[in-house]
Amino acid sequence: MAPRLVPITAGLVVCGLTLGPLFALIAHAGIGGSLLAADWAALRFTVMQAAVSAVVSVILAVPVARALIRRQFWGRGFVLALLGAPFILPVIVAILGLLAIFGQNGLLNIALAEIGLPKLSIYGAHGVILAHVFFNLPLAVRMVLFGWQAIPAEQVRLAHSLGLARWTFFQVLEWPMLKRVLPSACAVIFVICLSSFAVALTLGGGPKATTVELALYQAFRYDFDFEKVAMLGMVQMGLSLGAAMIAISVRVPVVGQGLDRSISLGDTSWPVAVWDAAWISIALAFLGLPIASVVVDGIGGLWDLPKSVWPALGRSLWMALISSALAVALGAALASRTGEILATLAISMSGLVLGSGLFFFLRAWVNPFDFALFVTVLMNALMSVPFVVRILRPTCEATAQNYGRLARSLGLGWPAWGLWVALPRMRRSLGFSLGLSAALSIGDLGVIALFGSAETATLPLVMYQLMGSYKIEAASGAALLLMMAALGLFMVFDRWGQNARA
Amino acid sequence: MKTLTLAAGLLAATSVVADTPVLTVYAPDYFTSEWGPGPSIEEAFEAQCNCDLQYSAGDLLPRLMLEGDKTRADIVIGLNTDVTAKARASGLFDPHAQDNTALDLPVEWGDDVFLPFNWSYVSFVYDATKITSPTSFEDLAKIDGKIVIQDPRSSISGLALVLWVKAVYGDQAEEYWARLAPKILTVTKGWSEAYGLFTSGEAEVVLSFNTSPAYHIVAEEDTTKQAAIFSEGHYPYFELVGKVASTDQPELADQFMAFVLSDAFQSLIPFTNWSYPAAQPVSEWPEAFQVLPRPNAAVMYSEDEAEAIRKQAIEEWRRALSR
Repeated sequence: MAPRLVPITAGLVVCGLTLGPLFALIAHAGIGGSLLAADWAALRFTVMQAAVSAVVSVILAVPVARALIRRQFWGRGFVLALLGAPFILPVIVAILGLLAIFGQNGLLNIALAEIGLPKLSIYGAHGVILAHVFFNLPLAVRMVLFGWQAIPAEQVRLAHSLGLARWTFFQVLEWPMLKRVLPSACAVIFVICLSSFAVALTLGGGPKATTVELALYQAFRYDFDFEKVAMLGMVQMGLSLGAAMIAISVRVPVVGQGLDRSISLGDTSWPVAVWDAAWISIALAFLGLPIASVVVDGIGGLWDLPKSVWPALGRSLWMALISSALAVALGAALASRTGEILATLAISMSGLVLGSGLFFFLRAWVNPFDFALFVTVLMNALMSVPFVVRILRPTCEATAQNYGRLARSLGLGWPAWGLWVALPRMRRSLGFSLGLSAALSIGDLGVIALFGSAETATLPLVMYQLMGSYKIEAASGAALLLMMAALGLFMVFDRWGQNARA
Repeated sequence: MKTLTLAAGLLAATSVVADTPVLTVYAPDYFTSEWGPGPSIEEAFEAQCNCDLQYSAGDLLPRLMLEGDKTRADIVIGLNTDVTAKARASGLFDPHAQDNTALDLPVEWGDDVFLPFNWSYVSFVYDATKITSPTSFEDLAKIDGKIVIQDPRSSISGLALVLWVKAVYGDQAEEYWARLAPKILTVTKGWSEAYGLFTSGEAEVVLSFNTSPAYHIVAEEDTTKQAAIFSEGHYPYFELVGKVASTDQPELADQFMAFVLSDAFQSLIPFTNWSYPAAQPVSEWPEAFQVLPRPNAAVMYSEDEAEAIRKQAIEEWRRALSR
């Protein structure tokens, strides 16, 4: 319903901010350098782990999301909020949380020893995939949940009154939705995992688990080989765009029309209830235990926190608010098929490519290091856009399909459409998008590591500084504070969305 | 428009308020944080210079290379020996103009561009409640425990280890790595991740520095974390300061370089940076540092040797650990 100008402008902004720096980098340094044997091995491993992580996350997300939409239980809201947590944890915190459960002396190995079984080692390709599923399963679950919520309740009731068998019901209503949501979720997770670095290396157990991002880091930090940085940036972009293209090539019509009544998939038979309960418990244990260990480790450290965490927290909070507003504005404008591809650009390239490219681009006019916080806000917003687009798109399209004709026949203008039709119906997914992008932004170290300085330290940076000064206990406290701030922001927005009357 | 206001605010905040000359020092994040050496060094220097010392924290050399001679930096502090060849070749630094004989180091210091301000030995730190101290690389390959090291491609201490092994084993380095491989639990991106894994009990041994135990002894009264001293000698690790050639405050910059070697500066190092001061004899170190075990020899490549051997040594490491 929006005038064409809006998505076009948003598309140009996203392209400009991603391709712009890349081209500036190429213009400055050229593009070249050769891929060594080690680089090829890294490329193979990168694609393999990203593909497996994405597919596993998405496959597991289906039964978990289905269980969550079918069951109403005490604490369901809390479980849904918890599902947002892994995604926003700083990498090192998440790794330590996972190791508390799956590590050498983690709970799992203690339990195995109790019953006389040998130790399991998390280190290896399976550990990398485990960690990536930990990070991304929650995201996949929420994306699938939104897909289910977008199925009109009328159709579900019609299906029930026709007495459709469970399998037919799945084929007619659920499968088309999954076919639309899953490839897109899969693509975005694949792209995130492509740029994995610290997780892959640490849990991969050694140089076998080298990713392209490490080669990039090496070229940037040690060799100052910007030609190679540009080339590796192009490789990352090519892989990401490829994945996004494949995902949207699965063309599925939007499922029917309805009058936005809430869906009820209630199934009262007890085997189904047990099945659902099992999936919810597994997800809760897998995602909740590492988080619980972050909480336990951090509580003691909360009292050791230096006073500089408070201004850092304040800075992180307002930066998160601005960048989430930006991300949602851009994401809403781009909630379409083409938008999905464009938005993927934003997470396809390493922060190092964007950061150094932006530098070459801006330095003719200003010193980008003077704008550390501004650049960070912008970059964080950009990084969230692909998620926002994917979360908003199903509801956005369903709303347009259901009410578009009515609105046109009424001659409803764009502002009225937005205010009275789109906003109330999209509030749930908007709230989630705002919460997710705010939380993502607050937990991100991103380009601040390249551009940051003492006066502009954000909370994640303070946490890393504490670790770097042996203050591990205080760093755990800072990590907990960070998680609480991120979850707090996330819950405030998400709650606003859940209160949608529609 | 909020972002524009913000940008303008940031710009205003960085411009100079009074006429006091400003010395801009690029330093790593850990250095400028309130528990790092930065704040007390700033205070001590400002007391004598009638100037305003301002830190700008972040990545040092990549940033300097990006900015070129347009940089506002007058001084860069916290460089490591692994990047000095690149830094020197860039021509962005002036000679430090200090007398190297003021230094008290385990090696002869002939560099007239980069001045070390603190140092320690790269060492394996172990949990003494779980294993007995290995006393050589051969011992290390036989310990009853697991080791976490850093990746030489992303971490300076990781690179120092690879050079250390190469210096000790020469042509047999790859073969040694293959023997050590089963003991290596994992390889991390940087020091923080590795040390975090170690303190959380995931591994018994971590690649760190021989001065690391000082932190645990002094700040935590914990004597269970100790550095293993190897009979082959250890690779020293220096942190360096350099004077930027394009500085608009050459006199202040010289004054700062001289200040680095003064007792006022050097005495701040041990308890803020947990390493040895570079220009003080052992007898003037705090007692906690004097009593730390030290190796009896330093093994180290010269800058040119290290630069020539680096790629090959890393590739040997990678091949041996990828099997």
